[in-house]
Amino acid sequence: MKIIVPVKRVIDHAVRVRPSADGRSVEAASATMAINPFCEIALEEAVRLKEQGIASEVVVVSIGEPAAQEQLKAALAVGADRALLITTEKALEPLAVAQVLAHVVAEEGAELALLGKQAIDSDDNQTGQMLAALLGWPQATFASKVVINEGRATVTREVDGGLRTLSMPLPAVITTDLRLNEPRYARLPDIMKARKKPIDQRELSALGLELSSQVELLAIEEPQPRQAGMMVESVDELLEQLKNIDKVIL
Amino acid sequence: MSTLVLMAHRDGHIIGSSARLISAALQLGGEVDVLVIGHQMAGCAREAAALAGVNKVLVADDARYAGDIAEPAAALLAEQAKPYTHVLASASCYGKDVLPRAAALLGVSQVSEIIEVIDEATFKRPVHAGSLIATVRVDAPKKVISVRSTAFEPVGEQPEAECIALDPYGETLGVQLEGEELNRSGRPELMGARVVVSGGRGVGSRENFALVEALADKLEAAVGASRAAVDAGYVPNDFQVGQTGKVVAPDLYIAVGISGAMQHLAGMQGAKVVVAINRDADAPIFANADYGLVGDLFELLPELTAKL
Ligand SMILES: Cc1cc2nc3c(=O)[nH]c(=O)nc-3n(C[C@@H](O)[C@H](O)[C@H](O)COP(=O)(O)OP(=O)(O)OC[C@H]3O[C@@H](n4cnc5c(N)ncnc54)[C@H](O)[C@@H]3O)c2cc1C
Ligand SMILES: Cc1cc2nc3c(=O)[nH]c(=O)nc-3n(C[C@H](O)[C@H](O)[C@H](O)COP(=O)(O)OP(=O)(O)OC[C@H]3O[C@@H](n4cnc5c(N)ncnc54)[C@H](O)[C@@H]3O)c2cc1C
Repeated sequence: MKIIVPVKRVIDHAVRVRPSADGRSVEAASATMAINPFCEIALEEAVRLKEQGIASEVVVVSIGEPAAQEQLKAALAVGADRALLITTEKALEPLAVAQVLAHVVAEEGAELALLGKQAIDSDDNQTGQMLAALLGWPQATFASKVVINEGRATVTREVDGGLRTLSMPLPAVITTDLRLNEPRYARLPDIMKARKKPIDQRELSALGLELSSQVELLAIEEPQPRQAGMMVESVDELLEQLKNIDKVIL
Repeated sequence: MSTLVLMAHRDGHIIGSSARLISAALQLGGEVDVLVIGHQMAGCAREAAALAGVNKVLVADDARYAGDIAEPAAALLAEQAKPYTHVLASASCYGKDVLPRAAALLGVSQVSEIIEVIDEATFKRPVHAGSLIATVRVDAPKKVISVRSTAFEPVGEQPEAECIALDPYGETLGVQLEGEELNRSGRPELMGARVVVSGGRGVGSRENFALVEALADKLEAAVGASRAAVDAGYVPNDFQVGQTGKVVAPDLYIAVGISGAMQHLAGMQGAKVVVAINRDADAPIFANADYGLVGDLFELLPELTAKL
């Protein structure tokens, strides 16, 4: 079974992001970049499935600027076998990303696509579900446990109010939640070895796909800051405020 | 212009934020119909029909939809969406699961988690864990939108609108529900709660979390947590408040032993009044609180609970 893991290059979660001077994009020039944390979790799960002898090959794919090579190298060091980089200067909307991924999945003949549930930059939480729809595959989103057995995936999902377990035939799309696993760190020898693993780089335009482009970003701004609060000295003072000034408790 | 709203439900009731979702739908300007998909849905349909502003409720009631399985629901939603200009759902786990799948079946993009309607095609939504707000315009033949319901005021009630039964539609694609483990604490649901008390790593253990729960019970509040507290196993996963957990907007949010990381703040910025209790006077949470109390939570929580 071949697994495709799409990985997205994002601004590291610890960076304090700001709007660009023209208010049309995010200032990213000098920001530290990283693999989207949910993609790391998806990759870890795929590598574990390979280690258990369930997967035969793990292929990582990223769509974006050429610099995403850096994230693909990191993914190869963690245990992916091959990488595919589809380069474009344009920020694609999730449906377009899913359209490209559907093309890649078909071309590769993969039986499982493991994605992050959301990218921590645009926070869309769409791509996996859209990919599943385009492929006509079943989906298991927000996975906190994955078991693959005899052509079926049994997936425990994090839902509002608890957990729900579904089983489905492969091929399927699974998206990862935070507590599916704890991604490993790459070891130095593996980082060295990963340098020899192939990254196949292609221009998006060469795929000849007609991609959706229906969402336009008009502006990016900082939210209104919360009005400065006050420090209280005691529980009594706090209760006095909450009861008599804000009237949020009786 | 007309809008179809997919409504999430749990335990035979529509979810608490549904009245807020309808209010977002009404802001678009057109007629608002609701779609309820599930098994044994008569009660849910009537609850939806009683939300002010709802024109009619379409009900697809069939065993294939049990367990909120996305595949047949998305197929049905895409089919039913045909005559409408807008399709909305809340950014609940159900909405997040089904809506993008339906959008892709319709061949249109989706705008996720809007917090403001500017006009029928222009919306505001948070990105980067709420550190930034994006204004986006959708130029799609059909606009598919998920709504951060907490950002909208709830509508009131009305005499029940008409409910119309639909023929079941859509395949499960072989997906089967194997089991569920739902938390039934008897406390209000996090996303709709008027008061939320959240504990962080500072609470220290699962046993100590009883202090947070005791305060929550006094206030009839929902219990939340930071990711660190969930990762440490103090509480179940779905208690997590934040960028990658739940977004809450209660009248009162009490953060106990939580430092105030950006990813946590993302989930609570909509709260009207924020109280922070932390022993570190420099904790970033204080810069995001209306009232800060510096001290040891193991002394302050019991005192607060006792004085209520
Ligand atoms: C400042 C800014 C400006 C933007 N401008 C526009 C704009 O003008 N128009 C517009 O439509 N969108 C715009 N976007 C959004 C767009 O670029 C999103 O990143 C893209 O739509 C994918 O959404 P997501 O990453 O949030 O998807 P999600 O659905 O949250 O991602 C889930 C998973 O999908 C996979 N995935 C997503 N993207 C990729 C990728 N590129 N390569 C490989 N795997 C991937 C990963 O596995 C990821 O974990 C903008 C975003 C930002 C932050
Ligand atoms: C991709 C990604 C997604 C994330 N998503 C989320 C999310 O959705 N939600 C979320 O919450 N986090 C999220 N995080 C994690 C976030 O960055 C922080 O690590 C987390 O919120 C910290 O939790 P905390 O405040 O409980 O712990 P800490 O930062 O360790 O803070 C504990 C606090 O308790 C105080 N304290 C300790 N003992 C006491 C005492 N006796 N009395 C009073 N105060 C005390 C300390 O002073 C400290 O301020 C995410 C991170 C990443 C990378």
